[in-house]
Amino acid sequence: MINLSWLIPVLPLLGFIVIGVLNKRISVNLSGIIASAMVLCSFIISCTLFFYVKEDSSVPEYIKMFDWIKTGGVDISFSFLIDRLSVIMLLVITGVGFLIHVYSIGYMHHEPDHSRFFAYLNLFIFFMLILVMGSNYIVMFAGWEGVGLCSYLLIGFWFKNTDYNNAAKKAFIMNRIGDLGFLLGIFLIYTTFGSVSFREVFSAAKGFTTGDATITAITLLLFVGAIGKSAQLPLYTWLPDAMAGPTPVSALIHAATMVTAGIYMIVRSNVLYSLAPFTGEVVAITGLITAVFAATIGLKQNDIKKVLAYSTVSQLGYMFVALGVGAYDTALFHVVTHAFFKALLFLCAGSVIHAMSNEQDIRNMGGLKKQLPITHFTFLIGTLAIAGMPPFAGFFSKDEILAKVHEHSLPMFVLLSLTSVLTAIYMFRLYYLTFHGNFRGSEQQKTHLHESPGVMTIPLLVLAVLSAVGGFIGMPAITGLPHLFSEFMQPLVSFRHHDGEPSEMFEITLMVVSVIALIVIILAVRNYYISKKNVPEGEEVKLAPLTSLIYNKYYIDEIYAAVITRPLDKISSIVYRRVENGFIDKIVNGTGNIVTAASNVFRVVQTGNIGFYIFSMIIGIIALLALNLIL
Amino acid sequence: MLLLALIILPLIAAMFCLAPDVMPVRMKALVSSLVSLGLTAYAVSLYITDPGDMLAFDTWWIKDLGISFNVGMDGISLLLVILTNVLVPLIILSSFGSDYDRPRTFYALVLLMQAALIGVFTSMDGFLFYIFWELALIPIYFICLMWGGSDRIRITLKFFIYTMTGSLLMLVGLIYIYLQTPGTHSFAIADLYNVSLSSGDQSWLFWFFLAAFAVKIPIFPLHTWQPDTYTEAPAQGTMLLSGIMLKMGTYGLIRWLLPLFPQALNEYGGIIMGFAITGVIYASCMALVQKDFKRLIAYSSLAHAGLIAAGIFSMNTEGIQGAMIQMLAHGVNVVGIFFIVEIIQRRMKTRSLDNLGGIAHINPVFTILFMIILLGSVALPLTNGFVGEFLLLNGIFQYSPWMAAAAGLTVILGAVYMLRSYQQIMLGEPREKNNEFTGLRVSEKVVLISIAAIIICTGIYPKPILLLTEPAVEEILSHIKQVY
Repeated sequence: MINLSWLIPVLPLLGFIVIGVLNKRISVNLSGIIASAMVLCSFIISCTLFFYVKEDSSVPEYIKMFDWIKTGGVDISFSFLIDRLSVIMLLVITGVGFLIHVYSIGYMHHEPDHSRFFAYLNLFIFFMLILVMGSNYIVMFAGWEGVGLCSYLLIGFWFKNTDYNNAAKKAFIMNRIGDLGFLLGIFLIYTTFGSVSFREVFSAAKGFTTGDATITAITLLLFVGAIGKSAQLPLYTWLPDAMAGPTPVSALIHAATMVTAGIYMIVRSNVLYSLAPFTGEVVAITGLITAVFAATIGLKQNDIKKVLAYSTVSQLGYMFVALGVGAYDTALFHVVTHAFFKALLFLCAGSVIHAMSNEQDIRNMGGLKKQLPITHFTFLIGTLAIAGMPPFAGFFSKDEILAKVHEHSLPMFVLLSLTSVLTAIYMFRLYYLTFHGNFRGSEQQKTHLHESPGVMTIPLLVLAVLSAVGGFIGMPAITGLPHLFSEFMQPLVSFRHHDGEPSEMFEITLMVVSVIALIVIILAVRNYYISKKNVPEGEEVKLAPLTSLIYNKYYIDEIYAAVITRPLDKISSIVYRRVENGFIDKIVNGTGNIVTAASNVFRVVQTGNIGFYIFSMIIGIIALLALNLIL
Repeated sequence: MLLLALIILPLIAAMFCLAPDVMPVRMKALVSSLVSLGLTAYAVSLYITDPGDMLAFDTWWIKDLGISFNVGMDGISLLLVILTNVLVPLIILSSFGSDYDRPRTFYALVLLMQAALIGVFTSMDGFLFYIFWELALIPIYFICLMWGGSDRIRITLKFFIYTMTGSLLMLVGLIYIYLQTPGTHSFAIADLYNVSLSSGDQSWLFWFFLAAFAVKIPIFPLHTWQPDTYTEAPAQGTMLLSGIMLKMGTYGLIRWLLPLFPQALNEYGGIIMGFAITGVIYASCMALVQKDFKRLIAYSSLAHAGLIAAGIFSMNTEGIQGAMIQMLAHGVNVVGIFFIVEIIQRRMKTRSLDNLGGIAHINPVFTILFMIILLGSVALPLTNGFVGEFLLLNGIFQYSPWMAAAAGLTVILGAVYMLRSYQQIMLGEPREKNNEFTGLRVSEKVVLISIAAIIICTGIYPKPILLLTEPAVEEILSHIKQVY
């Protein structure tokens, strides 16, 4: 079976080519079915690989496809690595990816350009699989940039709209800023280890001591790449804008898979990160600040997708905190559960938007639970999961992160717990404003309200089941049940030393407190938005300074525009006028003018009078002879 | 003999082009260039199996002065001959949609240019090299002068004087080294390589040679002829200039500057790399503010060329191999993108970004091909641009991480200006005039699809190209290393 693993990325690539070539000659159902079938086949192969890897805990499998870049000391083969880490990612990508493909058949039903959509979606899956299957940093980087391209193409899918195009461009460029860091990190890896393949780099890294400056530099540079791709401070601003893409894209790329690439990359490089405690602190602090920061913004957003987008940024911050404190398997655990519940939440949001005739503002929603019972039910599960209510999936991974962070640093633990509170608040705010209370939209919208077709609701139900029970693969120690996920990942992750397991007392307290807090929050939010019928104020009302600051996302976009984008253009155009045309070229032309002027002087001697020429020639000869005599 | 045929064939074809005939002249030119391409393929197969003496030709030319007509090919030369002979048919084909006055002269000049370029890339004699070097300037000068835009006379003159000045300095240097050769003197490249120059001589000769190459590439700040000339020249002229002719400069660095002046290189290489990288950033910023798409691409080409030059001055295998493969990649991509400019101009009668928009709605094939060429240009992995840029930046990184970090800004800025212009031209609300944009001519499709195919194929599997040039690059580097 391992010999067929190359098919996993190749099938979606095939789908991309077939759908791209057939293009508008096929119906939306057919293009959707081809695309989904390809991902399903990849999923099935990934499942067999899972059992293969699970049974056989021997060495990871390397599958070399061909030599890619090979010259001098550089020897980069296009090869895949099948081990426990990549298999987990494969399952998430192809599994959740398949569900989202199926959902898209319903969601994109009225889209005339559906083939382009499904072709891009398949292409994305291809690059994402390359990213997680690559057995060296360059193949990973190829997938890394490739998913960025697909993200660009899909955010700007409706390319008549200039705002969407700008959002797409912003996503690509912000990612590229991170990619430069990643690329420099790869160069430093190459100069340090003489190779970029995981096997060689990680085995050579064992010879380095903890805190080595070069390793620290490498890990910091790689982390810059992760900041871009996984939307952390200060490069996160593209992700909320990326919501311009069709909603299935937001679910697949901007929630479940691509944005977790940064976390995957650090887990993959855990050998290096374990040697760099300083980087660990940087990662944890960046993640922590991002988690808090994005959660506060989430409190005041009124666009259903924007709330979820900031929530994603915040949850990714959680994962980075886990990585930073060395809990690599916990971070990955959260990647998996987050993929379930966040994909679910986005798809539910899509279902709502679909029913509301493309309305995304929650101030115009309300009371949708009657017309959209399945969407409502699954959204509630997703909300409970992300808020960390036991026994839903998010509870296990989130509590585990909190427990690991508590061992590491108390202030971090406090801030992260605060973020959990904020998460519960903005999620239930979203939930109540959307599904409860009175309908606040137009009459036209009201008559149009309908539950989505089965092709959309079935993926929702599957993801709801996963969000409900997905956490059981990672039972906390006090339950006495095995932590299947951690056991599975054991051979791959090198753990940093811990001061022992968290005490039972602490775990129980944590659970009880968080459950009570959660119930209080739910009741309070319900009371505020439903019983008191508060609806968030819009732009037209003057907001309190702090609220206004949060509502406007701390003006980060405006600051970037004022500090980077506009000055760059401004300086460039000044340089273009003053230096390029006004200075360098003037010097060149000036040189020419001097020559011309000099020629004008010397032209006087070109009289055309042969007598004068002969005369000056003789003078010249005499002068030369005289010189000869003198010297 | 085969190599000689590669030089002579375009010359003969050029004469046939000048003669009136029932066969359209552009077909004659195309057939000739395709035969050249076929011969090149044969040359590659010979090179790999058994070159024998088919790929070299050596006879005395002016025996008393030690000048011989000596042409030969190693991997470096072969790659550039491939570049030339792949691009010339595409360039000729790209002209099928334009109606030029005096087509006989036009195509004869293009073919003359081809012959001269192959001569430059294969000369193994300093004097011969110089002859071809200057010969290549003549046809392009007339192409720009006779078929260029409104401001062509002033700009072509500037271009001509600029490059001539650089070339003459190189000639002075060449003669000086020639005079240092033992016995009756010789221009043979091996004899020139063997001259041991004092470090004092090296330092001034280095600058004299550099002048010729740096103007041609061009390296910042000797570039001001370039945006003007690229913008004013007719499309095919721009393609010849940017696709092939600028590689004369980078080729010159590798073939002549590096082996001749290793000590001076050690001393000044870093400075030149600094200038080249400054140029990369500078040109990228200039590209950001251009409104004329052709001028924007001219600046982007300047940035790419600067990176190639910087990679050469890193003086390691990765950097120079990166330069080699990037010469090929840049040549193909830049011809593609200038052709995109030309296709837009043919239909919309404008190149101004402000007046374009929404073309993607009516021409999906063109959109896809434009996107692929753009991706090659911004060096997305699995396109040809990535292989080159990766190796170049890697080479520069080994020389100096800070230089690489600065040069790496091209990764970001390139994406900014390319995506901006793509968005402005292709996306957004369609313009009224866009109805002109239905379909592509067959010749246009053939050119763009060939280029897109090369971008992807050599991006996924660059190994044969890297293998082709590696021994020759190591050979060049061995000249440098002997000194240290």
